[in-house]
Amino acid sequence: MIALAVDRLAHQFGGLRALDDVSLQVAAGERLVILGPNGAGKTTLFNLVTGLLRPTAGQIRLFEQDVTALAPYRRARLGLGRTFQITTLFPRLTVLDNVLLAVQGADGARFTLHRPLASFPRIYTQAESLLATWGLTDRRDVPAQRLSYGEQRQVELLLALAGSPRVLLLDEPTAGLSPAETALVAAMVRRFPRDLTLLLIEHDMDVALELAERVVVLHQGRVLAEGDRDQIRRDARVAEIYLGEPDAEDAAR
Amino acid sequence: MTFWTFQILNGVSFGMLLFLLAAGLSLIYGLMRILNLAHGSYYILGAYVALSVGRATGSLVLAAVAGTAAGVVLGIVMERVFLRRVPRDELPQALLTFGFLLILGDLSLWIWGGTPQTLPRPEWLSTSVRLGTLHFPAYRLFVIAVGVVVGVGLWLLQEHTRLGAMLRAAIDDPEIARTVGIRVPVLTTGVFAFGAGLAALGGIMGGPLLGVYPGADFEVLLLAFVVVIIGGLGSLKGAFVGGLVVGLLDNFGKALFPEFALFTIFAPMAIILAVRPTGLFGVR
Amino acid sequence: MTRTLGVVASAIALAGLPLALTSYQLGLLTKMLIFAVFAMSLNLILGYAGLPSLGHAAYFGMGAYTVGLLALRATDNFWLDFGAGVLAAGITAALFGLLALRTQGSYLLMITLALAQVVWGIAFGWRGFTGGDDGLPGIRRPAAGLPVSLDDGMRFYYFALLVFTAVTVVLLVLIRSPFGRALVGIRECERRMEVLGYDTWRYKYVAFVIAGVLAGVAGNLFVYFNGFVSPAYLSILFSATALIMVILGGAGTLVGPALGSAVIIFLENVVSAHTERWPLVLGAIYVALVLFAPDGLVGLARRLAARAAPAPGRPA
Repeated sequence: MIALAVDRLAHQFGGLRALDDVSLQVAAGERLVILGPNGAGKTTLFNLVTGLLRPTAGQIRLFEQDVTALAPYRRARLGLGRTFQITTLFPRLTVLDNVLLAVQGADGARFTLHRPLASFPRIYTQAESLLATWGLTDRRDVPAQRLSYGEQRQVELLLALAGSPRVLLLDEPTAGLSPAETALVAAMVRRFPRDLTLLLIEHDMDVALELAERVVVLHQGRVLAEGDRDQIRRDARVAEIYLGEPDAEDAAR
Repeated sequence: MTFWTFQILNGVSFGMLLFLLAAGLSLIYGLMRILNLAHGSYYILGAYVALSVGRATGSLVLAAVAGTAAGVVLGIVMERVFLRRVPRDELPQALLTFGFLLILGDLSLWIWGGTPQTLPRPEWLSTSVRLGTLHFPAYRLFVIAVGVVVGVGLWLLQEHTRLGAMLRAAIDDPEIARTVGIRVPVLTTGVFAFGAGLAALGGIMGGPLLGVYPGADFEVLLLAFVVVIIGGLGSLKGAFVGGLVVGLLDNFGKALFPEFALFTIFAPMAIILAVRPTGLFGVR
Repeated sequence: MTRTLGVVASAIALAGLPLALTSYQLGLLTKMLIFAVFAMSLNLILGYAGLPSLGHAAYFGMGAYTVGLLALRATDNFWLDFGAGVLAAGITAALFGLLALRTQGSYLLMITLALAQVVWGIAFGWRGFTGGDDGLPGIRRPAAGLPVSLDDGMRFYYFALLVFTAVTVVLLVLIRSPFGRALVGIRECERRMEVLGYDTWRYKYVAFVIAGVLAGVAGNLFVYFNGFVSPAYLSILFSATALIMVILGGAGTLVGPALGSAVIIFLENVVSAHTERWPLVLGAIYVALVLFAPDGLVGLARRLAARAAPAPGRPA
């Protein structure tokens, strides 16, 4: 079953074509990494898929359902989750409050006005359990903006997971992290449920090729190459766009 | 036919005044993301200072210069002394300018009193001009002329000069502009002062037509807002087109149904908000 | 524990104080309660949801005018008049919210101000109906529908206190609910809320309407309090007063705006006794607040206390 399909997707703003005629398909449970130099259109693709941007052409399908015209929150409720390249937490709220909001977002009680949140123990239980599973319980009362950058990236992942998504878009989860922090985040991603479909934007080729089976390379808003790890490693065009070097893997380091 | 031509010209002349106001507001927002609520204050202070200087010296030219200068000086002081000390968030900045709106409005009431005043027209503009069968006040034509000249001048400045290019660079990316050697702080003070000066000029030009009185600052601020809501914040074209639209609508509203004149402004504003919330030519 | 003590102490003070005050002072306290409701209603959208509204007086004034007009020309039944006032405020907020919430930030600020000014202009210009600039005097407190008459200052005070308490409870429930917590999330990071599955517009809109309704409640109280309504109730000055009360007391806290109301009403009273320059003073307070205490008096107190007590491990 195809979890996510993008059909001839395009986005144009003024004279700028951020994305042009991009098509790709991701099977359920598959791990796909999107590579490409800066400005290739990777984040634009994510913004279009999550609904934060409207495409100027093309279609987006989530589990065979056409979501092209749906608002972001509707797509989220259909099982689409996302992390952002720039950490998008609730800065002044504690880690626990951050996760509570994320869990609440996926819960039917999200619009209740007349009862306190405390009267929904299931939301608290789920939030605490999430924190425990991913080892952040001792940081639960710290305001998000006071966390270390690596911890913030972890919470960013946690918020995306809280809604039990079926498809998860990770936008450069290891950007700006030290090698140790990168390993931590990579380990976290490897522990994700196996049936979770994953789309990953990564700059770090090592991490990317370690976590994903299939690769799509974007360049100037178009799909340049597609294939498995080895195919992409050997692709001369990919090597060229990264630094003009014959070996793509060395070039991207 | 004559009635309509008269009303249209009337509306256009009022529209040009609004353009002067809205252009300053838009420029300041476009460059600095500051919604300057004290903009109405520059309008009335320009008019009041011109009034006093005019009475004291007998020279209208001196009065106009003094009034505009008052706006410019005020703009410089507000930007350099106060706005710079406040974080770049939109709400604190707007609240600060709002405080000044209150302060300056009350100061004006204190200094010049509560009686509505009218600024005198220059003698050579106190006649009527014959346009076919129509007699139209020369002063209003003068206002239209000034508005067009300022509009064209600003457009040329923005699109075709080095200063304009620097401004656009500073708007797009202040960090990079700084590294390229553009003196962003000087530019921001300059733009703020210029915007304030434009508003003061609007007050001086509008003085003979609308008069100046306590509460005019709020009324003028509202009109400037409606203009940029319709035309779009941060756009010179928007200020011009919006000014014309509001000027014409306000004029026709007052001529045709005086008690509900505000509805004629309210309706298009509501339509724009429903259809295109950032205005006709709005910049994000 | 301290919070419960504070609440109990305040309750006792507010309940018992009237017995020790002159009727003038009691009137002032009543006014403080009414504006506390006004400010707390604005706090819901400004402090909690982060929506900068500079036109909140529109709903305050709509409530006041509706009550005033009905009381003068139709009926003196409390429930009908008060209910209509609240309804009018709510409908206005529902309409204005549809327009205003299509925008954000500075646009939202402009539009809320502009919409309120339009209502002000109508009240000002439509002399035949609203009395124009002179307003509508001679509005009597309701005679029918209530068990006791509110003509007495003391009785009216306790009535205002009752309404204030009810509104505080309503806001408390809202803030603690999933809805209220979502509002805070929207304020802190709306984009994140959207991708978490929240229909953020709906939250903002409902909060906007509730805030309008509660502002209308305050307006209703005020017109009964003064026996008078005028375009001033719809003015930028009134909107600005509510705004400063919220910020002064502490936006995003439940009772901060009530404290803000007490301080501003007190200051206004003192200043107005000596000079006509209250708007100037209010403007100066705005400037001072933004420059020196953007998180309100509570925030300022906290920062001063933190500076006075050095961090452990550092030399004093």
